[in-house]
Amino acid sequence: MESRSLALDDEHDIAVARNEVRRLAGALGFRIIDQTRLATVTSELARNVVKYGEGGRLILQPVSDHGGREGLRLIFEDSGPGIADLAAAMRDGFTTGRGLGKGLPGSKRLVDEFEIESEVGRGTRVTVVRWIA
Amino acid sequence: MPVARIPILKVGRVLIVPIQVDMDDQTVMHLQERILSELERTGARGVLIDISMLEMVDSFIGRMLSDIAAMARIMDARTVVVGMQPAVAITLVELGLELKGVDTVLNVDEGFRLLRREFDISDEAEEEFNGETSTFGKQVARS
Repeated sequence: MESRSLALDDEHDIAVARNEVRRLAGALGFRIIDQTRLATVTSELARNVVKYGEGGRLILQPVSDHGGREGLRLIFEDSGPGIADLAAAMRDGFTTGRGLGKGLPGSKRLVDEFEIESEVGRGTRVTVVRWIA
Repeated sequence: MPVARIPILKVGRVLIVPIQVDMDDQTVMHLQERILSELERTGARGVLIDISMLEMVDSFIGRMLSDIAAMARIMDARTVVVGMQPAVAITLVELGLELKGVDTVLNVDEGFRLLRREFDISDEAEEEFNGETSTFGKQVARS
């Protein structure tokens, strides 16, 4: 399946993104619990893009590994201010805005793979993968 | 984009809020304000929020539920969240959300039972209950 891209410009796009991720996850054969995890992680990370990253996009990529395992990769990109202290941002309890500070570490617990790259002044990219159990 | 309208029903001294649509952030904030103004307007003592149709609770919605409970408490009302789907509960725990100050029960009946234990509303509420619900009112009155 081809990868797709969704704009993340305003709050409404967050709801659109999580519904689209849930729909695709269901079509790919993810169980309900994993559909819920993916929709929730999308909501958390898309909100970061919209609120702190000045907007960006989400790329949805169905993937498979050499063992024939299938999954879904989600890439959240923004060209916002970036995160100066990534280690701090990944600690439970860290927050810059009105969030509960659960955003990044909480999101990491909902997926199998989690990678974050950020450059101050250039933007942030978070890539997550969940494999079909 | 139009804000989804979520009804707020009053039964006895309880406000019932059935959330049946996926809420965007604006709808969430709007709902919070409406519940609080209905609490003030009606003098209700309980808020029962039915989230059985919600397929996801993220940190934003979780914080809304905690905030409503905290604000309602200041206005002398208790908040109960009912009907959380198992997948939603699992995800909430993994996310690290605690829903501070929010009581959660499995269904609307249990929600009423819990709220009624908190304050004696049986006489007044029973008059307003009809059919199925009036049976429930009598059960509670007996217990």
